[in-house]
Amino acid sequence: MDSYDLLFGGGRWWIPLSEGALTTVTIAASGFVLGAIFGSALALMRLGGNAVARRLADIYTTTLRGIPDLLVIYLLYFGGSGALGLIGGFFGATGFIGIPTFATGALALGVVSAAYQAEVFRGAFKAIARGELEAGRACGMSGPAMFRRIVAPQALRFALPGLGNVWQLILKETALISVVGLVELMRAAQVGAGSTRQPFLFYLSAFVLYLVITSISGRLFARAEAICARPYRRA
Amino acid sequence: MTLMTSTRQNEPSAMPLPNDERPKKIEIEGLRKSFGKIEVLKGISLEACQGDVVAILGASGSGKSTLLRCLNFLETPDAGTLSICGERITMPASAKGRMIQVDRQTLIRIRTRAAMVFQSFNLWSHMTVLENVIEAPIQVQRRPRAVCVAEAEAVLARVGLAEKRHTYPAMLSGGQQQRVAIARALAMRPEVLLFDEPTSALDPELVGEVLTVMRSLADEGRTMLVVTHEMGFARHVSSRTVFLHQGLVEEEGPSADVFANPKSERFRQFIRRIEV
Repeated sequence: MDSYDLLFGGGRWWIPLSEGALTTVTIAASGFVLGAIFGSALALMRLGGNAVARRLADIYTTTLRGIPDLLVIYLLYFGGSGALGLIGGFFGATGFIGIPTFATGALALGVVSAAYQAEVFRGAFKAIARGELEAGRACGMSGPAMFRRIVAPQALRFALPGLGNVWQLILKETALISVVGLVELMRAAQVGAGSTRQPFLFYLSAFVLYLVITSISGRLFARAEAICARPYRRA
Repeated sequence: MTLMTSTRQNEPSAMPLPNDERPKKIEIEGLRKSFGKIEVLKGISLEACQGDVVAILGASGSGKSTLLRCLNFLETPDAGTLSICGERITMPASAKGRMIQVDRQTLIRIRTRAAMVFQSFNLWSHMTVLENVIEAPIQVQRRPRAVCVAEAEAVLARVGLAEKRHTYPAMLSGGQQQRVAIARALAMRPEVLLFDEPTSALDPELVGEVLTVMRSLADEGRTMLVVTHEMGFARHVSSRTVFLHQGLVEEEGPSADVFANPKSERFRQFIRRIEV
C-alpha cells in the first residue's frame, strides 16, 4: 500500500487520525474553559483586598507555572485513581482503578492554564483606565454592574492576545495527556506509526493536522481582536 | 437650547428673593478629610442654593478636588455634616473602611442627583457616545430604554454633538469628549452638576467650546459647583466664588464682590498670579 492508500484508501487511517485531532481540540477547549474559570477566580483573588486570598493565589500561580505539566498530569491521574481505589476498597474492590482519562486531562490542562490565564486577566484588569471605573462609581453603578458593563468587556479585549497565547500552549500540552492513555492526535499518530511501520508518514500527518488546528484558531483570535479593537481605532 | 437670558454675574443682588428662600441644594458643615496623616480638608462649611453657580478656586493641594469628591462620596469624609439634594448625612459615615450610614439606595440618590464631570472626561472607551449617555439612566436609574435614548439625543444636541452619537470616544477631540461627559451627566436629570477642573486637561483652543456649554447651563439656572482654574469663568459666569487655602475657606462671597474687593491677601495674590 502506498501512503495515499494507507491514509485515505483501504487503510482508512484518516479516520483515527481525525478522531484524534477532534479529541485534541475538544480536550484543549475544555481545559481552556476550565482554566478561564479558575483563572478569573485567581485573578480576582490577586486583585482583591483580602491578604490571605492574595497570598494563596500568588502561591498557586507561582507553583503551577514552575512545575512540569507532565507532573501535574501524573499527580492528578494517580492521585485521583488512588483516591478512587481507597473509596473502592470500602466496597470490596481490589487493585488499580483508572479514572476517566479525558476528565483527568481536561482538569490538568485547566489547573495549569489557570495559572497563566490568571496573570493574563490580572494584567488586562490593570490596563483598564481607572477613571472609567471612577465614572461608573460616580453615577451610582454597583460593583457587579461595573464589572459586567465596564470591566468585563474591556478586560476581555486586553486579555485576548494573552489568551491566544495560552490557547496555543494548551494545544501543544494536549500531547502530554497521551501518557495516561487518552487517544488524542499524538497518540493516534503513534498507534498508526507502530502498526504500519511508517512512522514518518504518520508524524507528518500529525504535523499537518496540528498546523491546521493552530492556524484556524490563530485566525479566529485575530478576528476577535480586530472586532474588539474597533472602538479604539482613531479616525 | 433654552432661551433664558439671565445674566449670572448680577444675580445675587438682582434676585427678588433673599438667598435663604431658595431651596438649599448643598449644605456642608465642618467637613474634614485626611489621607493618612495629611489633613486635606480642615473643616469646610459651604452652601449652594438652587441656581447657584459656585466657582471653587485654590492652589493645587488646597483641597478643592477632594471637597468636590466628598460631595458624592467618591471620597468618604471623616467628619462633618453633608446635605446633598435632600439627603442629610452626618459623618463619620464609615468605620474601619465599611460604610455604616450611607446605604446603597441613598448613595445612588446622591450620585444621580449630584452628577460629576471629571478633568479627564472618563468616558467609557468601549461604548459609543450614545451608549455612554444612556448607560446610567438605564443601568442605575432603570428608566425605559426608549425614553433614555430620546433624552440622550436631546442632551447630545444640547452640547452640539448630536451627529456624533454613534462615534467612539477615541475618535473625538478632548473638547468633544468633555461635552459628551457633560451630556452623560445631564442624562441622569441631576439637580446639581459637579465639575472637577473640566477644562484643565484640554488644549487651549478647545477650552472655549466646553466653557460655552457650561455658561449656557449656568444661564439655564442649573445649580453647579465648579472646581476650576478658569478665572474668566469664576469672575463672569459664577454667581459665587469660594477660595480654598490649605483645606480651609479663605475667601467666599458673590463673585462680583470677591473679585472687586478681595478681603484676603492670599486671594489677592492668587488672582494676580493667575491673571497676568
